[in-house]
Amino acid sequence: MRLGHRLLLGAALFLPPRLTPRRVRDSRHYRTIDQYRFIGWFLAAPLVVYLVFVVSPFVQAFFYSMTDWTGYTAEYTFTGTANYERMWNDDKFWEALRHSLLLLVFAPLITLSLGLFFAFMLNAGGRRRGGQAVAGVAGTRLYKIFYFFPQVLSIAIIAVIWARIYSPRSGVLNEGLSAVGLDSLRQNDWLGGRFAVWCILAVLCWSFVGFYVVLFSAAMSAIPHEIYEASLLDGATRPVTFFRITLPLSWGTVRTGWIYMGIQALDCFALVSIMVPEHGMDVLPSYLYDKAFRDGQAGYATAIGVALFAVTLLFAGLMMRLARRERIEL
Amino acid sequence: MSRTRGDTRRTEGGVLNVFAHSFLVLWTVLAAGPLIWVLLAAFRPHADIVSDPFGLPGGLHWENFTNAWTTADIGRYTLNSLIILSGSLTGTMLLGAMAAYVIARYEFRGNRAVHLLFTGGLMFPVFLALVPLFFVLDNFGLLNTRQGLILVYIAYSLPFTVFFLVSFFRTLPGAVQEAAVLDGASHSRIFFQIMMPMARPGLISIGIFNFLGQWNQFVLPKVLNIGSPEDAVLPQGLAALMVQQRYEGDWGALYAGVSMAIIPVLVVYVTFQRQVQTGLTAGAVR
Repeated sequence: MRLGHRLLLGAALFLPPRLTPRRVRDSRHYRTIDQYRFIGWFLAAPLVVYLVFVVSPFVQAFFYSMTDWTGYTAEYTFTGTANYERMWNDDKFWEALRHSLLLLVFAPLITLSLGLFFAFMLNAGGRRRGGQAVAGVAGTRLYKIFYFFPQVLSIAIIAVIWARIYSPRSGVLNEGLSAVGLDSLRQNDWLGGRFAVWCILAVLCWSFVGFYVVLFSAAMSAIPHEIYEASLLDGATRPVTFFRITLPLSWGTVRTGWIYMGIQALDCFALVSIMVPEHGMDVLPSYLYDKAFRDGQAGYATAIGVALFAVTLLFAGLMMRLARRERIEL
Repeated sequence: MSRTRGDTRRTEGGVLNVFAHSFLVLWTVLAAGPLIWVLLAAFRPHADIVSDPFGLPGGLHWENFTNAWTTADIGRYTLNSLIILSGSLTGTMLLGAMAAYVIARYEFRGNRAVHLLFTGGLMFPVFLALVPLFFVLDNFGLLNTRQGLILVYIAYSLPFTVFFLVSFFRTLPGAVQEAAVLDGASHSRIFFQIMMPMARPGLISIGIFNFLGQWNQFVLPKVLNIGSPEDAVLPQGLAALMVQQRYEGDWGALYAGVSMAIIPVLVVYVTFQRQVQTGLTAGAVR
């Protein structure tokens, strides 16, 4: 092929089909060129946006975590592992990590258990009609509408509402405790003291239970009725049915859901940042935010980000491993 | 014999039914209670809320709503959110669908690498990128601008959108596409006029998912949109309103502001509840 012709074919990659010269369009390579041109043009915009705003910050983060950058000026020096050593001896970091891990363990456990329980009740808790092995309760759809609603609300709205509920004066929680005669349980500072992380945990679970009820309901309704009928003929009780049939057959969904909930629990920034008063309880993301945008320690903050990333990866890897089971084909 | 068996079965079902309903109702109260309480308290004067948090409104007091609307600018924040979303949601859907379609339906070198690059973003917490992202935007002069926020929303919605749509495009039949090629339709024409309409259910699901995700986004605007309070998006505005009312001590106005943010969502959700539920959960099942 002559060089000129080759250049022309190359140039066609940047021309819209309409403006491509006849000579190129008749070439036997044109189909390939046309296809690559399409692929290139379609991938270009998404890739550029993604590389500039997602990939490059992530890559930079690992670098900045090894500098003493303040974030206020463009100057920084390379300090190697100094930030990580500082982190190792930083009590506040460990406390934030402890809180994050606590949420990471308990939030999926509580939320998914409640989600499974309610979903099973919705799908198999009803009176049987006409010899059905299992039946859903009446009003399943209505229940789901109510349960799912917190999920569509902005996390900021949820945080504002719950901050008022936990409020020491005229908050619903304290007044409610008084109303039922449990004055001794009133707290002056639900969100400031040692209860703070549990209060956050409760809100986190509250807002996600409905999501899992809907998710698990869908998984459970995909289980064929014949299996339930067979187990019922064998005399299986409801709990047995749940643990031997329902749970194993929705295991894939449970595992994915567990990882998703864990990642939500590791975030939790909006709840903590809106609800908890300043200098109160910290989780990893809120500690990172304070270091970066309040204390001017951008380098150290990214090191905390790397730690958060490590925890996320460890958690996801661990879950994939622990929850690996034989896939049951229906 | 068979009758007794039938009877025990029925009683078991009945007991379980009562048991199930009582728990289900209990959680309904827990889930809806706080929201109903806020909606009711929005109609009560501040003094009443403090003296008796559980009381019912004595009448329809709209003052709280007018206060929240004028002093707290809820309308303005809603408008800001809508403007940002009109750009970011369109962009996310368009760019996400384009990338996903090419990855799902074309063979080319680096196909797997591009797919992995996009879906790999799912494993990275936003907080790791937060600090460098702030300076990336600063360098481009996009900090505290709507365009900047729109681009960032698009970029951070792409991993899941691409992940979801790739698997969706792969399930679509190839025969229609082949027929269109034989008829001489161009690649982009096949995409816009044949594949996009065919992919509508998937696009709606992921569209709802992205809409709610971007509408409720809190951390990105908190870091990247700090120029002037007037440009705040709705979640920022609500957080600011809470801080403000903490000092001014007008809980009625706070609840009215929160109610105004809840009610449109409530209406849209109840109208489209089936699509919203599948849209939000579909991604996790795949």
